[in-house]
Formats: sequence, C-alpha cells, structure tokens
Amino acid sequence: MPQKRVVLKNCGIIDPRQIATYLQQDGFKAWQKVSTEMTPEQVIEEVKTSGLRGRGGAGFPCWLKWDLARKSPGIEKYVICNADEGEMGTFKDKYILGNDPFSLIEGIAIAAYAVGARQSFIYLRAEYHYLLDLLQQAIKQVEAKGFLKHVKIDIRLGAGAYVCGEESALMDSIEGKRGEARYRPPFPTTEGLWQKPTTINNVETLMNIPQIILNGASWFNQIGTERSKGTKVFSVSGDVAKPGVYELVLGTPLRELVVDLAAGEKIKAVQVGGSAGRIVPYDKIDTPLSFETVLGSGAVIVLNESRDIVNAVYKSLEFLAEESCGKCAPCREGTKAIVGIMEKFSKGEGSERDIKLLEQLSSALPLSSLCGLGQAAPFPVMDSLQYFKDSYQSRIKEKKVGVVK
Amino acid sequence: MPEVKKKTKEHESVLVLLQEAQEKFGYIPEDFMANVARSLDISLSEVFGVATFYSFLTCKPLGRNVIRVCKSLPCCLKDAQMIIESVESELRIKPGETTTDGKFSLTLTNCVGACDKAPAMMINDDTYTDLTPGKISQILKKCK
Repeated sequence: MPQKRVVLKNCGIIDPRQIATYLQQDGFKAWQKVSTEMTPEQVIEEVKTSGLRGRGGAGFPCWLKWDLARKSPGIEKYVICNADEGEMGTFKDKYILGNDPFSLIEGIAIAAYAVGARQSFIYLRAEYHYLLDLLQQAIKQVEAKGFLKHVKIDIRLGAGAYVCGEESALMDSIEGKRGEARYRPPFPTTEGLWQKPTTINNVETLMNIPQIILNGASWFNQIGTERSKGTKVFSVSGDVAKPGVYELVLGTPLRELVVDLAAGEKIKAVQVGGSAGRIVPYDKIDTPLSFETVLGSGAVIVLNESRDIVNAVYKSLEFLAEESCGKCAPCREGTKAIVGIMEKFSKGEGSERDIKLLEQLSSALPLSSLCGLGQAAPFPVMDSLQYFKDSYQSRIKEKKVGVVK
Repeated sequence: MPEVKKKTKEHESVLVLLQEAQEKFGYIPEDFMANVARSLDISLSEVFGVATFYSFLTCKPLGRNVIRVCKSLPCCLKDAQMIIESVESELRIKPGETTTDGKFSLTLTNCVGACDKAPAMMINDDTYTDLTPGKISQILKKCK
C-alpha cells in the first residue's frame, strides 16, 4: 500500500504564513460547504460514515464525541484541540502545525459548528512555544476572512508535563490547575472544561475533517482497513537512515514504513506508540499498522541488533514514572516499582523473582490505574518479557551491567 | 513586591499567572505566589502545587539561558549521554545547577519532539538538533 497524503496534503505546498496560498488549495471550501449546506447533525453523520477515529492514540470514534457533546444540555460548550504532543518519539503534530495551521483551524471551525461550541482552545505544549506566533497569525488571518464568526479560538500554552496530553489532565491544566487525570464518569462530553460539555480532539484528527467534508465520507471510508479508516501520520526515529514524518494508508505493514521508507537495517525490534507503546520483534515486522493491531500516537522507534531491549524498556518506564501525575497510587507507585526493578537489571542484579514481580505489576497497572498513562505503562514490559525474555535471563546469568547506549 | 492584577475574568487561571511571572522574573517568587493566592482567594499550597507540577516553572532563580538536554529513548539511541557530558564539561556544572555568573542553568528533560534530529536540546525557547560535542561549544559561545 502506498504513501497517501490526506492529512499532510498541503504541507510543503502552502505558505503557513499566507492564507491566500491555502485558499488556492481549496482552503475553507469545506467550511463554506458546512456553513451553507449542512446542519450540525449532517456534519456529525458525515464524520460517522467516514469512520474517522481519534489519532492521539486511543482511537475513539470522532463522531461519537461530537454527538455526545452536542446532545449534552447547556449553551456553553468547548472544542479543544490537543496539541500537547509529548509522547516520546512523536513529532508529527509539530510538523503539521508548522506547515499547515490553516487546515487545523478549518477543522476546528467545523468541529465547533457541529458541537455547538463558541469557544475553542488549542493546547500547545511548552516545548513548541516557537510555533505560538505562527498559529496566532494564522488564526488572525482566518478571522479576517470571516470564517470564524461562530467560534473564538484561543491558544493555551502548556508548561512541561507529558500527562497533560491526557484529555482530563489537559482540561485541568487549561483551568490553571495541576494537570492531573480526573475520575470518569463524568466524561468530558458531559462535564469537561469548567464542567461544561467538551470535545477534545488530536491535531491530526481535526486535520482529516476538511478532507472528509470536501471529498465525502465514502471516499474516506474506502481508505484503510475495516476498523481503521483513512491514513496515519507516523514519526519515525531511532536506528534508521531516513528518520522523519511519513503518512501511510492505515493497514500498511510496519515493514514498508521502517525498512522501505525509513531505510532501517538489521532491525531487532520496533517500539510502536512511544513510551507506553508495543514492542514488535523483527519477525513480526509485517504486522499491519492499524487500531486492530499496533498504532498508538504513531511514534515508531526503531532498535537495531546492537541494542539491548531491557535498556530500551528501562528508559521508557523511567520516562513514564517521571511523568506520572501522581494522583493515583497504582501509576505513581507502580511505575516507580517497575523502574526500580529495571534498574536492578541494568546493574546486573536482576533475578528470576524480579521477572515474576514485573509480570505481576504489568497485570495490575492496566486494571487499577486512573488514566491511560498508568494503564498502558506496562505494555513495553509485557512485550519485552514475551518476545525478549532471554535478554532478561542472560542478564541474570551473566550479571550483565549497562544502561542504554 | 510583584503585584498581581486584580481578578477580572471568571476563569482566571493560576497557571497563566505563574507562566507570566516565570517569563518576567525567570522564576516564580514566593511573594508572587502569595499574591496570587490572595487575589484568587485560594490557598497558598494550591498555588505552590501548580508551580511545582510543571517542569517549565521553577521556584528558584535560574540562569539567563536554561539548557534542557533531552534524555528520552530516541535521543539516548543517538548518544544523548555524550551531549550531556559535553555540556557539563563546557560549563562545569551538573544537571540541576546554575553557573556562578548566572548565565547558564542545566537540566535534563523528557522528549522535546525532535527525535528525527536527535540528539536534541532546548535553550530557553529554541530547539537545537543533530547535536555533536563540537556543536555544543559553538552554541554555548553564542549565548548571551
């Protein structure tokens, strides 16, 4: 299956500082169609037919968030664009924001119309502060063209916290609080930002909206697999000759991405989805990239044969333990406990009992953690124990020492 | 003593106020936190809780140039450790420290989203990529 540019259609083609160049590429035609020919219900129906699922990692049906928020009582509603791309190994949203802010704004305009929101926020991570001016200028230009009469878009800057990419923590952060995950229910669609109905969508999800409206839901629905429609933008890093951003039809085998496009050689394993992602060993390299198999946020970190999987897992869990918001004990203490054990392995002090403990923690965290961070944290541990148990066992036998090199 | 603007909006954000202080003073002074608490009628510990939650906010003065070297897996695969050591030896400080002239602070950070151009680091708002020890000394020399 080939590369296909849906989300990245305008990247590198338009000037992100000139709305005229976007308008030349059918910019805001989708919005004009929506605002003149379609009811909000028809927009939601179209997105439903398209099969678009959230691109931030969880894959929740986009239309359902919109529909639930629309149907929630109240006049004050919000649409939030999650641009807090903090996942280790992910940089696709940075590329999108820097190259085509207008498609995103058009997507937000349509989302706000569908949901009935008059206020929208783009939550931009602190590390991307340099994009703030570009985004603000883009919003101003769109306002000046009269496309944002129904909704005000404001940007809120993060302040350095991975967990704020989690939707409920993100809303707490916009409210000015510590970015801690909330108990659910209530879900954001009924009680979100300031307890008002809120939909929160990833940058890439919203980028798909104008294309779906312009080309029709059935066009979009024909791309991809049965349960994964459309394309996905991947961020490839690690042991490849051509790291970077690639957009592929969903369902494309991992091999095409990391071997054919990114030119990875002598691959040992690929971590798909970032710190809390899945580890795919080389003999499963033909696994299709989809919601049914492995996908996550589209972070793809390639490890070659010289790498030690135990070390890679150690670094991933160290990241998650540091970034845990600390609100729920299973995640706060569980990730720390896993790191403690991984550290023992890195010092050549691991034991068979530690492997058992890792297995126990790995089954406990998904069941007991409050949000996706703790729930998914053990995935790299579980996968490495499934496919690379010998790496742990050889460390026990040889008392091998060493951290990631 | 730094003053806090009177609460004007229904949805006044502690975080936004603290970000403004961070920008203005380079850190968040204790007085400022007390004023935020008073003007928003919340407890000081709540304000302190926000100030200490986020890695880009700090309650002690930092150097004019805050260096954040990425230490997450994709950068580690590209020898981030060498970059950390190179900054340490150039500035003779360890992560968490500030140079005596107040010019640089060094800290380690998690993924800055430049994994395709690893190893990477940030100095204040700017990201530097494809780093080598040779590049480090050039970059540091240019800092004011």
